[in-house]
Amino acid sequence: MSVDATTVKRIGRLARIRIEEEEVAGYQNELNAILGFVEQLGEVNVDGVEPMTSVTPMQLRRRDDVVTDGGYPERIVKNAPLTEDNFFMVPKVVE
Amino acid sequence: MTELTKLSLADARKGLKDKSFSALELTEAYIGAIDAANDKLNAYVATTPDQARDMAKASDAKLAKGEAGLLEGIPLGVKDLFATKGVHTQAASHILDGFKPEYESTVTANLWRDGAVMLGKLNMDEFAMGSSNETSYYGSVINPFRAEGSNANLVPGGSSGGSASAVAAWLCAGATATDTGGSIRQPAAFTGTVGIKPTYGRCSRWGTVAFASSLDQAGPIARTVEDAALMLQSMSGFDVKDLTSVDLAVPDFAAAVERGVKGLTIGVPREYRMDGMPSEIEALWNQGLEWLKAEGATVKDISLPHTKYALPAYYIVAPAEASSNLARYDGVKYGLRVSGKDITDLYELTRAAGFGREVKRRIMIGTYVLSAGYFDAYYVKAQKVRTLIKKDFEDAFNAGVDAVLTPATPSAAFAIGDEALAADPVAMYLNDVFTVTVNMAGLPGIAVPAGKDGKGLPLGLQLIGKPFDEETLFAAARVIEKSTGTDFSPTRWW
Repeated sequence: MSVDATTVKRIGRLARIRIEEEEVAGYQNELNAILGFVEQLGEVNVDGVEPMTSVTPMQLRRRDDVVTDGGYPERIVKNAPLTEDNFFMVPKVVE
Repeated sequence: MTELTKLSLADARKGLKDKSFSALELTEAYIGAIDAANDKLNAYVATTPDQARDMAKASDAKLAKGEAGLLEGIPLGVKDLFATKGVHTQAASHILDGFKPEYESTVTANLWRDGAVMLGKLNMDEFAMGSSNETSYYGSVINPFRAEGSNANLVPGGSSGGSASAVAAWLCAGATATDTGGSIRQPAAFTGTVGIKPTYGRCSRWGTVAFASSLDQAGPIARTVEDAALMLQSMSGFDVKDLTSVDLAVPDFAAAVERGVKGLTIGVPREYRMDGMPSEIEALWNQGLEWLKAEGATVKDISLPHTKYALPAYYIVAPAEASSNLARYDGVKYGLRVSGKDITDLYELTRAAGFGREVKRRIMIGTYVLSAGYFDAYYVKAQKVRTLIKKDFEDAFNAGVDAVLTPATPSAAFAIGDEALAADPVAMYLNDVFTVTVNMAGLPGIAVPAGKDGKGLPLGLQLIGKPFDEETLFAAARVIEKSTGTDFSPTRWW
């Protein structure tokens, strides 16, 4: 499988990365080189093989559904580029 | 006092305990060494000398009271991937511009608990994506080794290139590092240092910037096998804050170092004899087997039939997980923000400006293989191949193999700005051909310097172990370390 220029732009939009027109061809070549490389997995017979979900045989631990941390909003927003009253500020989302 | 920096971590511990020098003197020696060298090597992206002096003074007080921790007073460098409270933590990326976390990673908290001293944050490939440390926003790290008779700069490997360069050039007594496809073992091999990626789950991932969560593991880079064992001892341990952290007691790794290999069976996978392998790598591998045999190990040919599929499967799984993990960098919560006309514009412009080319490329591959219609063909298929790769190793271990010996890398360190590698992403990815299988199977792997190539550059061997059997790796790596009889110190030019 290989990607065309339209697909490169669509992936950029899905990934929320602005791809300028002059960058499209470069990404297209690089992505196709990588997709061409992974193509060889087609040779492997995986009939009846389970996909790996955990590399170590383990059960995910459970815990009581209680609050264990928090209560310091000023520390949560400390590194944000723009805040007001311990809220993250973003451009208007709902008109 | 500059010679203090030449001591191994283990010898520095002895010196501190014997009061031959103080923790503050040792720390000052390293601060001076960094000041003198970092312009040339670019190993550190941030230094914390005041914090280091305070920590060293606290260590001296504890040493005086006889309350020294495992790494009391030992100056270490920390890869920029580990969150360090109030200190530069950017994964060597522009998108985390100015980020100073309000919390400490579990791995570094363990080191400070045991008395270690933080010298600063170490350069790396951006978000740990790279094999040459050339993708860092802070510029390339330089390898302290140069080919004999040459002044050309070489890469230290990656992604933990700053860690490897700093350890080899005596700019810290040891360093934290991380390994997703070979990022501890390949730079260790390129710099004549020892690096171990422990079993997945041995070190907590909490507070470590995530790249590919099912593959990422922290580990140390150090100058000797014993030093690596001491550091891993401190870094390891169960942590409730990481759901994949394993609740197992941490063995006394240092006690295993001199255990020897008598009676062990060492597997030699025929699939690692790649076409076009340089003869000196093959000779080194055979030499390593001879050393282990001479100390009482048995060598056994084995087959790991899915080896060649590990790298292509990795380049689906790792970018897929990365595209998901790196979705959090959006210009809102932390780091860089580029304003736009609406929220989508803000996201797209921030991420376009904040991520480097390699990171963008991998996010895009990951986004593509996870997108509707392609998920089964790529991601699910790769995870099935991963099951087969793990089974190859299980079959070998079930047939009586205790550890597997392979080369660590297909070559010695290469030149900065290699044009052939820059033009072809897949050629760069092939650097990890011997190491990536270990991440895919979640196993422990250690790289130990074993010889030099024709130009005097270090070459490493890799030992792969059973899950949670890092002790055997330390013991076998120590046999190789003792057998080489080679000095892996770089000749100082910086």
